[in-house]
Amino acid sequence: MSKQATPGNVATAALKDQSQERQKAMIAEHFRKLAEAPERGEKCVYTFVPGNLTELIDSFGLLPVLPEINALQSGMRGKSRDYIGLAEKLGHSEDVCTYVKCDIGMLKSGNVGPTGERLPNPDLLLLSYTGCFTFLKWFELLGQEYNAPVAMLHVPYQGDGVVTDSMRTYVVDQLKKKVIPALERISGRAYDEEALKERLARSAKAEEDLVWVLESAKRRPSPIDAYFGGVYYIGPIFTAFRGTQDAVLYYRELRAEIEGRIALGKGPVTPDGEIENERYRLVVEGPPNWTSFRKFWQMFAEEGAVVVASTYTKVGGVYDNGFRHDPNRPLETLADYCMGCYTNLNLPTRVQMLERYVREYSADGFLINSVKSCNSFSAGQLMILREVERRTGRPGGFIESDLVDPRYFSASNIKNRLESYFQMIEQKRAGGA
Amino acid sequence: MTGLEQLLGRAEELYRDLRFTAVSEWKKRNGGLAIGFMPVYVPRELLHAMGVLPVGVMGAGDDLEIIRGDAYYQSYICHLPRSTIELGLNGALDSLDGMLFPATCDVIRNLSGMWKMQFPEKYSHYLDVPQDFDANVGGQFYRRELEEIAEELHRRGARKLEPAALRKSIAAYNENRALVEGLYSLRIEEPWRVPTHELYLLLRAGNVLPVEEHTVMLRDYRAAVLADEDRRSMDQARVLLAGSFCEQPPLGLLRTLERAGCYIVDDDFVQVHRWITGDVRADGADPLADLVLAYLKQGIASPIRYIDEQVKGQALVERVERSGAEGVIFCAPSFCDPALLDQPMAVAAIERAGIPWTSFKYAENTGQFQVIREQAGTFADSIKLWSE
Repeated sequence: MSKQATPGNVATAALKDQSQERQKAMIAEHFRKLAEAPERGEKCVYTFVPGNLTELIDSFGLLPVLPEINALQSGMRGKSRDYIGLAEKLGHSEDVCTYVKCDIGMLKSGNVGPTGERLPNPDLLLLSYTGCFTFLKWFELLGQEYNAPVAMLHVPYQGDGVVTDSMRTYVVDQLKKKVIPALERISGRAYDEEALKERLARSAKAEEDLVWVLESAKRRPSPIDAYFGGVYYIGPIFTAFRGTQDAVLYYRELRAEIEGRIALGKGPVTPDGEIENERYRLVVEGPPNWTSFRKFWQMFAEEGAVVVASTYTKVGGVYDNGFRHDPNRPLETLADYCMGCYTNLNLPTRVQMLERYVREYSADGFLINSVKSCNSFSAGQLMILREVERRTGRPGGFIESDLVDPRYFSASNIKNRLESYFQMIEQKRAGGA
Repeated sequence: MTGLEQLLGRAEELYRDLRFTAVSEWKKRNGGLAIGFMPVYVPRELLHAMGVLPVGVMGAGDDLEIIRGDAYYQSYICHLPRSTIELGLNGALDSLDGMLFPATCDVIRNLSGMWKMQFPEKYSHYLDVPQDFDANVGGQFYRRELEEIAEELHRRGARKLEPAALRKSIAAYNENRALVEGLYSLRIEEPWRVPTHELYLLLRAGNVLPVEEHTVMLRDYRAAVLADEDRRSMDQARVLLAGSFCEQPPLGLLRTLERAGCYIVDDDFVQVHRWITGDVRADGADPLADLVLAYLKQGIASPIRYIDEQVKGQALVERVERSGAEGVIFCAPSFCDPALLDQPMAVAAIERAGIPWTSFKYAENTGQFQVIREQAGTFADSIKLWSE
C-alpha cells in the first residue's frame, strides 16, 4: 500500500483496501443472487442509478438490476466495444448514448453480467425518469426487447432550482398509485411501510459516513481521491445496497480506514500506489471514462493531481448538502431524494455547487471531463466552465471522452491536455506569488 | 404577382427574418409581452388569454453564421441550441420578454438553465410536462405548472388569467388547428396542391404571427391553392417524413426531397400546431382543466412522450395508413437523442407492417443536398418500380 504511483506500475495488479474487498464480496453475492433468481423464483427489477428506489424495492424482497452499472462494468472489462458495435449494426445510431448501446449489445450477446453469470430478465422495468431523458427511451427499448411491464416514475426537474410542494406531491402520488401497486403485483406482497422505514434509517446512517468520507478531502493532504477513488466509495450506496446492513458496515469500515490514513498523514491510494506528494487539488465535473479508467486515473496520479471533490459522485444522490433519507416521511423522502440527484439540478445550481467545492476544498482548479454520451451532463458544460472560472478565479480545464465507447478515448490527446492544464495551474500560482 | 405568391412571399419573409421584426411590431401595436418557446409543445392558449404573444423559436436554419453559439457547445451536440444562443447573443431575441423551454430533451432542458445565467433579466422557465397521464396525478402537476407560469407572467405585466378569456383563446386555437389539419388532409388528397415547402412556410409563419392573423393566412392559402388550376398531379412517390419534430430541416432540404420525386404526405414539422388532436373543449366551466386534459388525452404519439398503453411505433404505422404514404423517410437531426433513440423501435414497427423506409440525418444549416437527393430519388424510384 505504500508504493508511490509511477508510470512503470501500470501492469501490476491493482492494490485494494479492506473496504474494497468487502464491496467486491457484496457485489459478487448480489450477482450470484441474480443469477440464481429464476431458479429460486425470485423476482428482479431493472432500474437506474439516479432516482433509484432501492429501499422500496428491497422492502418487497425484489432484486435490483442497474443497466448503467452493467454497461460501465462492460466498459471496464473491455467488452463494450463489441457490444456497441453490435447495437449499431442492429440500427442504433452512432450519435446516441453508448450506455444504451452497450446494454443492448450485452443483451443480444446473452446478457452475461460482470461476474460471468447470466443476468435474469426483468420482471419489471422501473423507469425512474430522473435527470436524464435517455432513460425513458432506454426502457422503452428494453420493454420491447424483454416484453416486460414498465412502471413510470416521472421525477420533475428542478428547473427553477427548487423543489415545490406540487413537485413532491406529484412524485408521491405516482409512488402510491403507480409504483407501489406495480411492485405489489410482481412481488405478491403488500406494501410494508415499517420495512421501508427500517431501510431508510439504515440509509441515513450510511449516508452520514459517506459524507464524512467525501468531506475528508478538505484536509491537506487529502486522504482520498474523490473522483477515481470516489466511484468506489459511492458504489454500494448508489446501487443495490442502500438501506442494507452491509452498506452500513461498508461505510463504517471505509470511514475507519480514512481516519487511519488521516492519522498517518497519508494521501490517497491509487491502484498503483499512494500519492505521497499532493501537487494539485482539483474539482472534477462529469463522469469518468470507464474503458481506460485505470490509465485515466494514472494520468492524474503521476502528476500528483488529487481530485478533492467531484460532481459525478453526486449523480445517485446529493448528500453533502445535508439531505438524508428520513424514515419519518418515507415516501416524501424518496421523492426529495430523487429530485435532488445531481443531473436533476438546473445549471445555475450546478455552477453554485462547483463554485462551493472549489472554495471549500481549496482547489487549485476544476476540470470538466465532457462525455459524448451524456447530454444531461454535457450540454452547457462550456458555459459552466466559463462561469465557474469567472466566479472563483481558478483555472478551468476541459477534456473530452466517452463513458464506454473506447473509440472516443484518445489517451495521448487527453494526456497532452492535462499536462497543459497543470502547467496553467503552475503559471497561475507563479503569477499569484 | 398573384395573391398566392404574395402570401407565400410574406410567409417566407417571416421565416427568413431572424430579427423577429413581426414580434417587435406586434409589441409596438399591442404593448403586451412576447414569450418565446422552444420545440415541441407549449399551451399557447394560456399565453394568448393573458394578452401575451407566443413566439416559436426554432433556431436560425441555414441563414445565420454561428460564431459565438459554437463556443457554448461541444461538437456532438445538435445545432438548434447553438443557433438559439447565437440569436440571443446577437440581440435578435431582444423583443422577447422571456422564454419557455418545454421538456423535449436534456439539451433543451439544460438550455433553460443557460438562459437563466446568460439573460438573468428575462423570464426563463423550464416547462416540465407530465409523463404520467392520469388526470389526478400528472394532470394535477401540469395544472400547477401552468398556474405558476400564469402567475409569473401576471407579475411581469401580463393580464390576469381569466376563464372567459381562456375559453376564447382555446376557441381561436381550435379554429387554427382545424385549418392546419385541413391543409394536411388536402395534401394527403392532392399533394400537388399543397407542396410541403409551402405548407412548411405557413407553419413557420404561425410561430410569429398572432393566431388570428395566422388563421386568415391559412384560410387564404387554402382558397388560393384550390382555385389554382396550374397545379397538376405528377407521378411522385408518397412518403411520410418522420423525426423532424425539434430542430427543423432547412427549406432547401424539403425542396430537394420534392424535386427528387417525393410527395411528402405527412411530417413532424412545427408540431406545436398539431400536438393536440381535435378540439380542446372551449365551453367548459374550468377551461384550464380542459387545456390540461387535452394535453393528457389528446396528445399525439411522439418520441418525447412516454408511451404507456400503446405499442411503440404503432401510431406511425397508422399515420402511414391514414396518409396513404408508400414509404417512410426517417429524417432526424444529427445528435437528436429523442428521434434517434426512438428510431429503432419505429423501424421495427414499420418493417413489421411491410412498409419501405430509408433514413438520413441533417442539421438545420445543412447546405449540401446532393447525397440526400440521390438517396431520396432512389427511394422514390424503388417505391414506384417495386411496390405492389
